[in-house]
Amino acid sequence: MDLDFTTEQLAFRAEVRRFLDEKLPRDISRRVLEGKRLAKDDFVSWQRILNAQHWGASGWPVAFGGTGWSPVQQHIFDEECADAGAPMQLPFGLKMVAPVIMAFGNQAQQQYFLPRIIDGTDWWCQGYSEPGSGSDLASLKTRATRDGDHYIVSGQKTWNTLGQFADWIFCLVRTSTEGRQQEGISFLLIDMKTPGITVRPIIMLDGEHEINEVWFEDVRVPVENLIGEENKGWTYAKFLLGHERTGIAGVGRAKRELKKLKEIARQEMSGARPLIEDHRFRDRIAQVELELMALEITNLRVISAEGEKKRAPGPEASILKIKGSEIQQMLTELQMQALGHYALPYLHEALDDTWQADAGMAHYPVHLASLSGHYFNYRKTTIYGGSNEIQKNIISQMILGL
Amino acid sequence: MDFNYTEEQLALQDTLRRFISRDYGFEHRRALVKSDDGFDRDAWATYAELGILALPFPEDFGGLNGNAVDSMLVMEMLGRGLTLEPYLSSVILCGGLIRDAASTAQKENYLPSIAEGKHMLALAHFEAGGRYETGHVNSTALRNSDGWALTGRKAVVLGAASAQTLLVSARTGDGISLFLVDAQSVGISLRAYPTQDGARAAEIELNQVQIGPETQIGETGEALPIIERALDYANAALCAEAVGIMSALNEITLEYLKTRKQFGTPIGKFQALQHRMADMVIATEQARSMAILAAVRVDSADAAERRRAVAAAKAYVTQSARLVGQQAVQMHGGMGVVDELNVGHYFIRLTMIGLTFGDADYHLGRFSDTLLAA
Repeated sequence: MDLDFTTEQLAFRAEVRRFLDEKLPRDISRRVLEGKRLAKDDFVSWQRILNAQHWGASGWPVAFGGTGWSPVQQHIFDEECADAGAPMQLPFGLKMVAPVIMAFGNQAQQQYFLPRIIDGTDWWCQGYSEPGSGSDLASLKTRATRDGDHYIVSGQKTWNTLGQFADWIFCLVRTSTEGRQQEGISFLLIDMKTPGITVRPIIMLDGEHEINEVWFEDVRVPVENLIGEENKGWTYAKFLLGHERTGIAGVGRAKRELKKLKEIARQEMSGARPLIEDHRFRDRIAQVELELMALEITNLRVISAEGEKKRAPGPEASILKIKGSEIQQMLTELQMQALGHYALPYLHEALDDTWQADAGMAHYPVHLASLSGHYFNYRKTTIYGGSNEIQKNIISQMILGL
Repeated sequence: MDFNYTEEQLALQDTLRRFISRDYGFEHRRALVKSDDGFDRDAWATYAELGILALPFPEDFGGLNGNAVDSMLVMEMLGRGLTLEPYLSSVILCGGLIRDAASTAQKENYLPSIAEGKHMLALAHFEAGGRYETGHVNSTALRNSDGWALTGRKAVVLGAASAQTLLVSARTGDGISLFLVDAQSVGISLRAYPTQDGARAAEIELNQVQIGPETQIGETGEALPIIERALDYANAALCAEAVGIMSALNEITLEYLKTRKQFGTPIGKFQALQHRMADMVIATEQARSMAILAAVRVDSADAAERRRAVAAAKAYVTQSARLVGQQAVQMHGGMGVVDELNVGHYFIRLTMIGLTFGDADYHLGRFSDTLLAA
């Protein structure tokens, strides 16, 4: 039993930190740390910088151009990136569709798609949920009908994150209505430029355009864009969800946000005293920190077990998702609350990092303008990726056998 | 980074598990609770044979050189067994204090006999009116030509009646000092009673108890950090005991959910109960992580790091234990609140752990105050 990183791991951490110090553009990290709006180019240019270092895909095996890092190394990398204010590497290409292509795609698919993900050429988005299929994902209705060497896809996807920037979408589509509903689902890769696709924005509670509805009207998709076998898509989808959950613990980002919360509580004044001297508020920070300390070790326990047994994360990843999302929400709530009266103003323009406060807003903390919006936006974390109630079903059924 | 127990640790865990399932059943425990001692002297002898009484002490003093992770493993198993022996108060708390702070002569006097199971001790430190404040000591030690005279009252001294020696704290001027006192000394009166969880404690009155100068541990007036360190060590051990109990309660409750039928179906098919069970499992895994943190950091030379980790762990584990204990009882329905089933007794012990040497609020406050410093 040992909680310390090895000398090699500490050296690796120092190497990552040095790299971030040299290569992470300051304007990007400032936007991340202050919660300002990120442009598509912020994500893409960071991916290109990482790829130039051969660090584009920390979780991929070397054979596909990844780093081949151990789970502990990936964790260290994530922590350092979060702390430095690197933009999150969006999971849709790197962590979601790529593992599916590696595990179930054919050689041509692997050779075409994987390099374009790692070098930032293709932006991927997810086509899973539908208006009538949320937690009950397998009830999805988007149809793909075979027509010669094409599928004709019709239907509607929703909760599609940042699809307005996407080059490709991976979709679960119904190719059969025979048997159990899970047995008629296929996994299709669709070029977003294909005629018949319409992307419509959904505005979130923070006023931001983060997600979309995606409509498909007789969209022709070449058969070679099918992953694996027809009607086996549910197996691939479950595989993917298992991968998605590992990152959701979000320990690195939560540590960064806790640090930010403490800084805010030291700066914000409540009369003559800093807010952090109010023991009611301080105890609430302490309580979140306890949760995060426990999650950090639980996460390392899961990661270490993965590293030793060389296996994909199992249902215990549900624990990480539940606690990680709850902690992120507690942090955004306390950050908002720390602002007091100044949690109220809605200055959407302040999310643009070129915005300057005018003289009339001299006391407004511009660098904290995002906090209330974050709180409202982050209610999503216990809903997405399999809601926390679905995660508890997974724990009861898969771990406990109920 | 390593979360595995060593081969030796796993073997010890296995041995303890077998001992508990073979020799320490719930009915046996029920009889012990009603006995005079309130614990099993034969089990104590077995603990000596197994080496767990020697585990936390250096080899030079008859010990096995174990660390706090070894103690965690033992406490987890003793927790699962709902054992009643004064292992925490005598071996972990008093033995640990002597190991860390006593003179070589004192260690030679006490540690080998603790390790052999011949000697028990109890810490007489806390007093009424001070709750968990470690510095609240009104008992006095007055220096005289023969050494010291101790006067005062000590509250809820765990394991007092079975202890041959009491570790007594007393005020000496501005500071607090600590003494090894023969429990049979003239001037000591002891009012023993059972605790909620079936263990034993006592109120102790000290009236001009005369002791020699060789009984003092450490320097005059400098005992508080010594006591606080020992309490941290005990709290880390209590976290492990709680985790052992929580694991046991989860197993028992899960089995009950799978076998108890209502409305023609196992009650574990009901989602309201499934999600509570999932909450219990999550709370236990998180608590286990914190118990590991406490065990690994309590041996740290850095006192601030040690205090911070233990306070965090005790606060968090206590909160988790409350959830697991209450839900285990709730999901057992009426059977959860009867004396004849072990579930209720696990719940009682978990609750008492949370009230021993600082509750969740106290430790959260300790942890929270460290945020001011940074």
